Amino acid sequence: MKLTTRYLGLVLDHPFVAGASPMVDDLGTVRRLEDAGAAAIVMHSLYEEQLTRQELAAVHHLDSHGESSPEATSYFAAPPSFVLGPDQYLDQLRRIKDTVAVPVIGSLNGTTLGGWLRYAKLMEEAGADAIELNLYAIPTDLRESGLDVERRALEVIGAVVGQVSIPVAVKLSPWYSAFGHFAKQVDDLGVGGLVLFNRFYQADIDPEQLEVRPRLELSTSAELLPRLTWLALLSGKVRASLAVTGGVHTALDAVRAVMAGADAVQMVSALLRHGPEWLRPVREGFRNWLIEHEYESLDQLRGSMSVGRCPDPAGFERAQYLQVLQSWRHR
Amino acid sequence: MPPTIATLDGNEAVAVVAHRTNEVIAIYPITPSSTMGELADAWSAEGRVNLWGTVPSVVEMQSEGGAAGAVHGALQCGALATTFTASQGLLLMIPNLYKIAGELTPFAMHVAARTIATHALSIFGDHSDVMATRQTGVALLCSGSVQEAHDFALIAQAATLRARIPILHFFDGFRTSHEIQKIALLDDADAAALLDEGLIAAHRQRGLDPEHPVVRGTAQNPDVFFQAREAANPFYLAAPGIVADTMRSLGERTGRRYSLFDYAGHPEPTRIVVVMGSATETVEAAAERLNRDGARVGVVRVRLYRPFDVAAFLRVVWGGVESIAVLDRTKEPGAIGEPLFLDVVAALHEGWAERAPGRPMPRVIGGRYGLSSKEFTPAMAKAVFDELARPAPKRRFTVGIVDDVTGLSLGYDPEFSVEPPDEVRAVFWGLGRDGTVGATKNTIKIIGEETPLHAQGYFVYDSKKAGAVTVSHLRFGPRPIKAPYLIREATFVACHQFDFLDKFDILETASPGATLLLNAPHGADEIWDALPLEIQTGLVDKRMKLFVVDAYGVAKEAGLGGRINTIMQTCFFALSGVLPPDEAIAKIKETITKTYGKRGEVVVERNHAAVDRTLAGLREVAVPAAVSGWRPRPPIVPLDAPDFVQRVTGVILAGKGDLLPVSAFPVDGTWPTGTSKWEKRNLAAEIPSWDPTICIQCNWCALVCPHSAIRTKVYEPAALAEAPAGFRHTPWKGPDFQGQAYTVQVAPEDCTGCSLCTTICPAKDKANPRHKAIEMVSQRPIRDQERANYGFFLDLPEADRSGTSRANAKTSQLLQPLFEYSGACAGCGETPYLKLLTQLFGDRAVIANATGCSSIYGGNLPTTPYTTNRDGRGPAWANSLFEDNAEFGFGMRLALDAQQGEARRLVGELAGRLPQAAVDLLQAATGRTEPAIRAEREAVSAVRRALAGADDLPGRRLLEIADALIHRSVWLVGGDGWAYDIGYGGLDHVLAQNRDVNVLVLDTEVYSNTGGQQSKATPLGATAKFATAGKTTPKKDLGLEAMSYGHVYVARIAFGADMNHTVKTFLEAESYPGPSLIIAYSPCIAHGYDLRHNVEQQQLAAKSGVWPLYRYDPRRLAEHQPPLQLDSKDPSVSVASFQRNEARFRMAEAGDPARHRELMAQADRQVANRWAVYRYLAGLNPAPAQPEATP
Repeated sequence: MKLTTRYLGLVLDHPFVAGASPMVDDLGTVRRLEDAGAAAIVMHSLYEEQLTRQELAAVHHLDSHGESSPEATSYFAAPPSFVLGPDQYLDQLRRIKDTVAVPVIGSLNGTTLGGWLRYAKLMEEAGADAIELNLYAIPTDLRESGLDVERRALEVIGAVVGQVSIPVAVKLSPWYSAFGHFAKQVDDLGVGGLVLFNRFYQADIDPEQLEVRPRLELSTSAELLPRLTWLALLSGKVRASLAVTGGVHTALDAVRAVMAGADAVQMVSALLRHGPEWLRPVREGFRNWLIEHEYESLDQLRGSMSVGRCPDPAGFERAQYLQVLQSWRHR
Repeated sequence: MPPTIATLDGNEAVAVVAHRTNEVIAIYPITPSSTMGELADAWSAEGRVNLWGTVPSVVEMQSEGGAAGAVHGALQCGALATTFTASQGLLLMIPNLYKIAGELTPFAMHVAARTIATHALSIFGDHSDVMATRQTGVALLCSGSVQEAHDFALIAQAATLRARIPILHFFDGFRTSHEIQKIALLDDADAAALLDEGLIAAHRQRGLDPEHPVVRGTAQNPDVFFQAREAANPFYLAAPGIVADTMRSLGERTGRRYSLFDYAGHPEPTRIVVVMGSATETVEAAAERLNRDGARVGVVRVRLYRPFDVAAFLRVVWGGVESIAVLDRTKEPGAIGEPLFLDVVAALHEGWAERAPGRPMPRVIGGRYGLSSKEFTPAMAKAVFDELARPAPKRRFTVGIVDDVTGLSLGYDPEFSVEPPDEVRAVFWGLGRDGTVGATKNTIKIIGEETPLHAQGYFVYDSKKAGAVTVSHLRFGPRPIKAPYLIREATFVACHQFDFLDKFDILETASPGATLLLNAPHGADEIWDALPLEIQTGLVDKRMKLFVVDAYGVAKEAGLGGRINTIMQTCFFALSGVLPPDEAIAKIKETITKTYGKRGEVVVERNHAAVDRTLAGLREVAVPAAVSGWRPRPPIVPLDAPDFVQRVTGVILAGKGDLLPVSAFPVDGTWPTGTSKWEKRNLAAEIPSWDPTICIQCNWCALVCPHSAIRTKVYEPAALAEAPAGFRHTPWKGPDFQGQAYTVQVAPEDCTGCSLCTTICPAKDKANPRHKAIEMVSQRPIRDQERANYGFFLDLPEADRSGTSRANAKTSQLLQPLFEYSGACAGCGETPYLKLLTQLFGDRAVIANATGCSSIYGGNLPTTPYTTNRDGRGPAWANSLFEDNAEFGFGMRLALDAQQGEARRLVGELAGRLPQAAVDLLQAATGRTEPAIRAEREAVSAVRRALAGADDLPGRRLLEIADALIHRSVWLVGGDGWAYDIGYGGLDHVLAQNRDVNVLVLDTEVYSNTGGQQSKATPLGATAKFATAGKTTPKKDLGLEAMSYGHVYVARIAFGADMNHTVKTFLEAESYPGPSLIIAYSPCIAHGYDLRHNVEQQQLAAKSGVWPLYRYDPRRLAEHQPPLQLDSKDPSVSVASFQRNEARFRMAEAGDPARHRELMAQADRQVANRWAVYRYLAGLNPAPAQPEATP
């Protein structure tokens, strides 16, 4: 069974990719991911905002107490190799590149245009095979319109695509008022791939302590459904390759995602929950499913249930929402 | 090839040679030498090799005694070994110095000479430490400038190999160790040329080696010891020649020529001053000027003090000289004169007839100068020359002070100046936290390395840890700068903090026509009216130029917070004209990139942006022809302060302590307590404000406050009749003190603004949880109101100390703190414990305080924080040394017990004359509770009344010592450097005695006071100096070791993790009649996070098992209970969740993530193992599974 797929212009042995997660912090885990058969590995995001805060905090906590006492010009050792900024991330990227043979994709969440461009370039220089732009920020400014938000995002994506020569993927949230239109505009900028959808920390409220606490729960298969919809709607309509992330836990989840149009299937929560080795049975289950169902190749499966090819495209449209509710009532 | 030119300080200049020419470096941190060891460690950590291609092994020992022992051992096995130290550290090395010298071992060590503690500790420079080694047999080689210190470091290393006599190379602490100068560096070829490989091989050959064994260090008897001791004489006779030869070799290579004694001045002088150290340059400068004016004077610089070469000395003394003054930077009370003076007198006596046949012996006088870095200026040097010209000069004198008691001091003309007209002299006033010193250092580097000009920098700091004032002195000019004294005639003065204008005489050093650069919140058009009268007067009278910039505004716009260093630096370059503006800005940016590059590009970019914005905001202000001000500078201390505070403390606070005469001072180092309250520092931009409508009266805010600047009180509501308008109060809620009013009050001018109280405050407004009962608000608008409120609050009666039925965190804070407004860091994690100690036991506490942070914020002038209650009672406090604090405090207990025993005996003997109730009570007293102590005090008063006027010996004697009948709470306080390392042996011994002492270890897990060197309390995985990549061994379990005795009360506490536990532990420990040890977790700036979160970190420390809370109380055995009670629950969060919030751990991670992970895994295991041991000791079942490590 030929499972080869093309994602971001990279030829992958199969569609299963280890999505952005802290697993890449440990080279041992990275090796396990490759051993379990990940076709590519996505680094967790380099957050520009975090770097900025870290750098400013470092100056504040490490440097601001120095040079103020006759007894101590500083309070910290000055290790020559200790640098803040993106170096630690880039070093790890290089190490992973040295460790594994599969493609390694850098991931970036910027806050300023300069930051997006600088770090994207640095990742390319560090050897990333591609870059995933993790486009997520809550537009908290009530004066900013949806159009403004989109314009800003497109400006960044366009600039990065123009800046680097490796493929660029864009990881999107579904929270655009006209997601399809926006995705098309992103596609028009010449990106290599669209990744649907990112998941982030959500604010929760602690009623006892009267505090806001950000939380992140691991995904479940239930989250796959909105992704299937948009994969199906975009498949065949955009030049960019498509990846799904969020909600793929089983072989059957992956089958559905590829049927909807995914070229690549990113897994994170399941691997965090069960360990990197979980990838192997899922991958094999996927392959077996195809064999059992007498598919000849992945190409045959891919996009077979997209809006353009599925028997009932109306099912992906708005009316489908009501039908689901109704069908639920009938049970 | 021309030498490499570098701009560096004396410590670095020495360390760079020592590191390159040694194999083993054993050190222990001590000011002002610590930097040498730190640099050596950092260089070895980065793999820098010595001359022979190996990385020197740098080890930190448990004390200087340990360092000397390690070096001695290394030398015995044939290594080239060195050490760096100062002051008390050098004293601890003395036994080994005798040994190393007695065994004729080549060894060069480097000392940043510092004052020995006598009536007081001083971290500053003089020769009292070095002079204490002159009997050991080491050679004493003195350098007087940064260049000399660099050169002599090599000379010492080379000469000792040939001479086989150890050489102690010393230079003036701070004045040379911390002065930045532009110097020519020695290179490897220079070092290789001077260090004879054959001699190194010979040294190795003498090393202990079982292949050809010898025995060294025998014990000898009366028959042979004496002769054997004399056998080394030829080496001492040869040593001066060897040093001179080595100096010559260096001179031939570098052109910098030195001799054992160098003369400078008139070729036929009538008057000569003999001096060593940095002061030689000062005296030379004065002599040069006097000779230009027609005098015949000169200076003899002493380079090699021991072995003293009489012939070499006499060679540089002209035969026609009439009088000689010898200056010593040390004091030897009771001696005929100071050591250099006596040696010079002996040398002249012995050799004059031969040196100048037929000529009369010159008159020799001796004087002291410069103790504890006291300024020594050309004007003072001139005073010495002037004294020599008198018909009957003082035989012994001092210079630089006013001695109105014994009349020894020489008067001097402060106007006498030798400052060259073509030099720029700039003085920068700043705060430690605003980065002024760092910026000035960068400025010196730019000028030193980018222009042909010579540059010199020197920095003066005050002794406060929060809000430290810094004064940076920068000279540059076309010739080498030989001016080892502060700038008196500044051509440029910068005041980086506008508030300083109201506190300090910042124009005192400004010369006529000088420029004043002000960082001010006022614009150019309004600044003049905002200036105090004195500043206006100075500007007008001296015809100065005035420039103003709102640096904080620029910093804020650029996103730099309070760091204004690069902004003010840019202004300096713009105004000084030392470089063309564009070039200066380019260089500043380059330096910013170099300095902050490691911290990331954002910081660099923001600083660059600030530089670009600065010049647009810099404005010249036309100085009017006349003063128009109406506002004089406010008094330094309030007018109602006690006389001593007005006369002495206030003068020191104003920065004029140098002017105080000898008679102003206590003769024995005894000072009044409670003076910090007179120093209103107004450090905080924001201070807490209390909302009584939300407050739940937990008193946590008061408990955590490091500076006793937020307090709580209960009092009769009737007292509110006199309250100022706006004084806040609410009815007290609690079982005790019913019906009373309650107030949380901030000390507005003493708060440092750390905001720990607001972070900890649990009381939130339900409708608007952002609003808490304690919130930070701007200080200025409420300063006057809150000052009045605080004054009223302080006057309210204190709560009845016996009035509470239970002691806990809440009720403890109703007791008056007798430790207040210390100079500790904002957010300090040590001081809340000390404050609590004084609240609970302050009126009966005797405190022995080990040297360290707690002795500095506890006892550093000008003001001290321990204070008294309304009855005049309060902690009696003393600091002896770093290493002996346990023994010191133990001795206090012995004395008090002895006095109490004697007093009880006398009470029995005199029982017939005393009230029976008092006799019964005092003879049986075991008072530890408030009522019991009150009863003891009343009984003692009754005894005093009964014995009033007694003229018999027993009666008089009992009157003298009756106070000893009142329970005394003896506390031994210190940091982990003391308890785990240098003082551990003594602490262990004291704990082993069954005496009633209470030990409080303020455990910051690092040597905080000297700048974050690792101690044995440093946890596994944390970076610290000397553990750059993260400590690889676990923290010593001091508590477990103490428990092993069985009779010691031991507890581990963390106030932020459990405040009630902390209070309960203090009470239990104090009540225990034997030794008690409290190990208190103390967050510190050296942990690398915003200390306003220190309570959360303490909670994580306890929850993760990193810092389990427990109490081991031997009394529980009597109840058939295990003595150990675990007061923390089983670890419920990972070690990583604690560590990831602190830079000390994150730095190790950033440096080497893989290694860090391994250390983390070890730390997890270690925490789990220790917890299992504790559970076993506490009689609990085996520990449950540990929480999973965070991925």
